[in-house]
Amino acid sequence: MRITIKIQRFNPESEIKKAHWVDYTLDAGRETTVLLALIKIKEEIDGTLTFRASCRASICGSDLMMINGIQKLACRTSVLEEISRHGKLQVGPMDKMPVIKDLVVDMDPFWQKLKAVKPYVERQNDDAPVQSETLTNIQEDLENADACIMCGACLSACNSFEASSDFLGPAALAKAYRIQVDPRDEMRIDRLTALQEDNGIWDCVRCVYCVQVCPKDVAPMEQIVRLRRLSIAANMTESIGALHITKFTEVVGEEGRLNETKLPLLMTWGNFKKMFQMIPLGIKMLIHGKSPNPFADPPAGHKAVRAIFKGRKK
Amino acid sequence: MKYAYYPGCAGKGATPELHQSTMKVVNGLGIEVHELDAFNCCGAGVISEADPDLAYTLNARTLATAEALHLDIMTVCGTCQGVLGGINKKLQKDKSLRKRINLGLQKSTGLTYNGTVKVKHIQWILVKDFGLEALKPFISNPLTDVSIAPFYGCYILRPESATGFDDWENPQSLEKLIKTMGAYPVEYDGRTKCCGFPVFLEKEKIATELVANRVGSAKKAGADAMVTPCPLCHMGLDIYQKDAEKIHQKKEGLSHTLDMPVLHLPQLLGLAMGYSPESLGMKHHLMPTAPLIQKIH
Repeated sequence: MRITIKIQRFNPESEIKKAHWVDYTLDAGRETTVLLALIKIKEEIDGTLTFRASCRASICGSDLMMINGIQKLACRTSVLEEISRHGKLQVGPMDKMPVIKDLVVDMDPFWQKLKAVKPYVERQNDDAPVQSETLTNIQEDLENADACIMCGACLSACNSFEASSDFLGPAALAKAYRIQVDPRDEMRIDRLTALQEDNGIWDCVRCVYCVQVCPKDVAPMEQIVRLRRLSIAANMTESIGALHITKFTEVVGEEGRLNETKLPLLMTWGNFKKMFQMIPLGIKMLIHGKSPNPFADPPAGHKAVRAIFKGRKK
Repeated sequence: MKYAYYPGCAGKGATPELHQSTMKVVNGLGIEVHELDAFNCCGAGVISEADPDLAYTLNARTLATAEALHLDIMTVCGTCQGVLGGINKKLQKDKSLRKRINLGLQKSTGLTYNGTVKVKHIQWILVKDFGLEALKPFISNPLTDVSIAPFYGCYILRPESATGFDDWENPQSLEKLIKTMGAYPVEYDGRTKCCGFPVFLEKEKIATELVANRVGSAKKAGADAMVTPCPLCHMGLDIYQKDAEKIHQKKEGLSHTLDMPVLHLPQLLGLAMGYSPESLGMKHHLMPTAPLIQKIH
């Protein structure tokens, strides 16, 4: 079948300094992946087309690119399936990363974030014995967090990273979780404490993009949630992110539902600066009938919910 | 066509206009609903961060209540749909999980969930169960010459394992509904992305930046209004839009103001069905809706 691929080209050394789209027409069959198509274009149509690729089998993570606007590995994406799903085939460089040439991006921001979480086991005495059964047991706790191939899909798709380039991002935080549950590591409390800071685990907006685009089912957001749970279990409950969870749960446990006026009040209670900042919006919400009464009787159904909470505590 | 209607905390709390417009629309279309008036919060993905089994049990209660009524559930909130629908799928698939959760649910409330309920967002019900063709005769006030930016948000699309109605990469149900109402669905960047709402209280800067990006992008594409199936997205995009305007102006220049009305899906449908803006709770919006209403009438 004859198909057309639209590819975003960019060469800082050429006369056209701006990124621009170029159409390539070629034959493709059921077996044609986007990577095979790119190789064909490079070999038969335009030798200047530049992209990264290595293993061709979704193991090396080199050929992550935007395929019809979504972060995908070129080597495991079928050309025909893409066209039937989107009615077109557009290929561009990984979103939110500096482009070096054509489909090749600078991965440095990704590596810097990974380095920042110290993604390795730290021990005072490397020779101290570790029971082998302890290591086997953690396999379950790892929750696939060790399957990352560092392709960068999650960071490129991350909505928090879109708003805040300093956010550590899904891959680095998933890696932090992987070390966090390793019984050999002795820096766990320090690592978890550092992750409470700005740009750490509380900056995730939970948009689920990383879970969806990860080619290896690492589910980075789920690992961030596990780090949050570990933080609360380790009594790191002072951050406003942790307070969001504990106070939300408290309100629902009491009333059966969320009262949107009560939650911000409880979360910021005693934090006068934050409370003061919320006043103008609070007044607007009140005027527009968007502030439920925080002193109203709890709604129907609260007794059953209280019983469920009581049962869970037991 | 009858459903157990789960209004969600926002529908009964900070966005009363969602419940109001939903009732107006379902009554007008003849969709029968049994309101779950003793419903509990789905946990919004927040309670599961504290205690996953607690979130399972709360949602199992909702599912068991609907099951006892022999009804499927209709949600009106993208977040409720993602959480309640996602947990339902897990409870249906994983028998040992269901057994464990039922044990606690039975002890505390006397209820048991057998896994027979389907959870559907009103957006999906309109497109599939009710059907776009059946909807057409009810559009007495077509929204001709009005450009609408569809905003899906996160949880009605992702993770796909929890939702599975639209193709998350290229969803079309809002576009189809907008066309059926006679309006034009605008193409813009950000319709499937996050509105920032989950972190407004703790990370205001991140959240406001996201609102600026979403509304700014819809405005550039020529939208008269945005429409969303999620009241949390509505709140993010509506009540924080004035703060986001400053960020947008910093990027685009002072003349680039933001004044985008953000409608709940039942509100937009209600307008197309000829209902008055008052009866759809338009007074609860912080961003002005009058220019849009004027354009429609």
